[in-house]
Amino acid sequence: MLLSRVADSLYWIGRYLERAEHTARLIDVRLDLGLGRRLGTDGWDFDRLYAALRLPTVPAPADDPASLVDALVFDGSHRSSVASSVTAARENARQVREAISSDMWEQINALFLRLKEVRAEGTWSARPHHVLRLVVDGVHLFEGVTDATMGHGEGWQYLQVGRYLERADATSTLVDLHFRPGSTLPANHVEWVGLLRSCSALEAYCRCYTADLRPERIAEFLLLNPEFPRSVRFAAARVESALRTIAQLTSRGTGGRAERLAGRLHASLGYGQVDEILSEDPHAYLDGIGRSCTQIHAAAYQSYVNYPIESALPA
Amino acid sequence: MALAAVSPSSLAPFSALFSGYGLDQPFDEMFESNGRPHPHCRPLFEELHAASPADLRQRQVEADKAFLTQGITFTVYGDAQGTERIFPFDLLPRVITAQEWCSLERGLTQRLTAINLFLKDVYHEGRILAEGVVPRELVQSCRHYRREMRGVHVHGDIYVSVAGTDLVRTEDGQFVVLEDNLRVPSGVSYMLANREVTKRVLPALFDRYRVRPIAHYGQALLSTLRALAPNVSDPTFVVLTPGVGNSAYFEHAFLAREMGIALVEGRDLLVHDNVVYMRTTAGLRRVDVIYRRVDDDFLDPLAFRPDSHLGVAGLLNAYRAGNVSIANAIGTGLADDKALYAFIPAIIRFYLSEEPILSNVETYLTANRSDRQYVLEHLDTLVVKAVGESGGYGMLIGPHSTAVERADFRTKILSDPRNFIAQPTLALSRAPCFVGERIEPRHVDLRPYVLYGDRVTIVPGGLTRVALRKGSLVVNSSQGGGSKDTWVLED
Repeated sequence: MLLSRVADSLYWIGRYLERAEHTARLIDVRLDLGLGRRLGTDGWDFDRLYAALRLPTVPAPADDPASLVDALVFDGSHRSSVASSVTAARENARQVREAISSDMWEQINALFLRLKEVRAEGTWSARPHHVLRLVVDGVHLFEGVTDATMGHGEGWQYLQVGRYLERADATSTLVDLHFRPGSTLPANHVEWVGLLRSCSALEAYCRCYTADLRPERIAEFLLLNPEFPRSVRFAAARVESALRTIAQLTSRGTGGRAERLAGRLHASLGYGQVDEILSEDPHAYLDGIGRSCTQIHAAAYQSYVNYPIESALPA
Repeated sequence: MALAAVSPSSLAPFSALFSGYGLDQPFDEMFESNGRPHPHCRPLFEELHAASPADLRQRQVEADKAFLTQGITFTVYGDAQGTERIFPFDLLPRVITAQEWCSLERGLTQRLTAINLFLKDVYHEGRILAEGVVPRELVQSCRHYRREMRGVHVHGDIYVSVAGTDLVRTEDGQFVVLEDNLRVPSGVSYMLANREVTKRVLPALFDRYRVRPIAHYGQALLSTLRALAPNVSDPTFVVLTPGVGNSAYFEHAFLAREMGIALVEGRDLLVHDNVVYMRTTAGLRRVDVIYRRVDDDFLDPLAFRPDSHLGVAGLLNAYRAGNVSIANAIGTGLADDKALYAFIPAIIRFYLSEEPILSNVETYLTANRSDRQYVLEHLDTLVVKAVGESGGYGMLIGPHSTAVERADFRTKILSDPRNFIAQPTLALSRAPCFVGERIEPRHVDLRPYVLYGDRVTIVPGGLTRVALRKGSLVVNSSQGGGSKDTWVLED
């Protein structure tokens, strides 16, 4: 038995922590690529970062990395900052403390408090990598603690849906930015390495295809690889399986709308051909993935969270 | 009276930690009047005697950190930022002997039994009113009297399932009841958390005592709620919280987790055909027993405050129809009205034909002409309390008050005499606390939690609240109070 409100919060814990981790990694990679390069040259390219984070406006002057990192990492008034995501995840966790383990709560609370401390100490700007690593590690720890201390029942499945739906959406957005036709962004070696590293995928890619970086293979790896945990296909498979389990646990039978949509997305990636995707209209295809994610979200809400009372009253 | 600094001849040389420890008139939880520790406090004293301020400071830091990481915090009302603070925690446990506890246990059981009989009577035939033992006018003018509850059958006649009785120790070392908290008493999670943390930071000291465990409070509470469950095979229990913005939210989540039941907010519930349901991912599920941590006023916008978003529309009718049990019942606040408090000894005699085991504090009802006259003439020595308030609000502490405050209370009393009572200012007992770099005495009270179901259960312990401000008599967390662990010893 799980309250709809609790399912909602668990889902958003999964989403917000995934978002925090993704954002932290993107900034980390971008700062690293920018090291030793002058402003306005290749590598020192924050526009793609803003686009990947879907920032409507530039949060700080680009010639001031410290204030930029401060805005993107710590600024609570920025909805897409790392701190905003961590705070939102913690707030959701606080509202469902009885439904998660104490260890999970302590881990997420510790991450929240640590970020505050780091900002207050004021020495982070000398070592931004350290801070961003702290976030990525903190989220990984949370996931490990979750898997080890929470029953893998219905509640756990909502955490999975949230995490992997966010991941499918974020990875496809990131790939889209690099393959959009007519993109003015330079597609050079540095950028391809940046893309793979932004998905923690460089090593895994090399093991699969050797260090020979080719755009088509990169797209195939990040979209269609069935084994790499940050690929869109892998994420879609997880979303589908979590939604199927939820349908069974809530005796909704199989074939509910959310589950069907997730199954369709997974299948389309499973049978996808990278040459077709890239030669036709990659933007339309990747945009379609984002739309599917939105539909899955809406359908799951309709079934489990916001269902009309009338449909649920005893006859 | 001159202050006699502690200097037990048996334990020289005396540790610098105690250099500021004065013994004056109030009962001291650790020392006898001759400066020797009470026999049961000897191990505690010896451990402290061997400790350095730096060592204690280190343990205090560890303890505070544990509370912060676990998120054992409260939200300060009136603070726009919703700042979370930890409830100040004092390191040194307060030790209660088996004999003391035994008599407390009997007294509390007797008191709550009588109170439940009283509530049943008042909301039904009203024998005690008809016989004039408690004035009818006093009951019906009480702010927390709920006319809606007249004639309503309450499952098992259990009105108060959970009471958090405030006790203080007077100069002669006797425990007396200061207040019966019969609505939604809070603080039990701090009792449990204090124990966990104390065991973690003072393991050696804990090991020197045989302390009775309290960790089964969650199970005991669930068993108590079971007594309210209808006769169905698998009743559903929930904890109803006002939500994450409430200062006791941590406790609500904590208790739900301890009991393994859902924590719900008003918006998770709905009433259809006088049946309460909660909204789950698998559809609506019927709710049988609600352990509510929402005040009467906010429970049902149709019955009580229409502007409340915390409750459930239609809950009162579902309750009256007998389709759901609520703990504590609606309308129990009647019996913890501060004016009605004065009648509790009479209530015990009336229903149980026994003498009260625990004493009351002498109480003047300003509604009575003669009492009022006395109170107005002695405002500088009395404590005046508003009858319907809790949390240390609406109080005048005579000896610590200014002439302006006294004049203000005089006006208030004269304009609404029923709304006030007065009591002598008590010399609350003091217990050693680690303050700054030294150990100093601070005033304490004791709030044990009394569970009333098929039988009465009191886990051996309670929340010892501490007035951490030097000389202060107010222990409420909203007013600069803290708490410490309470050790009830095995026989």
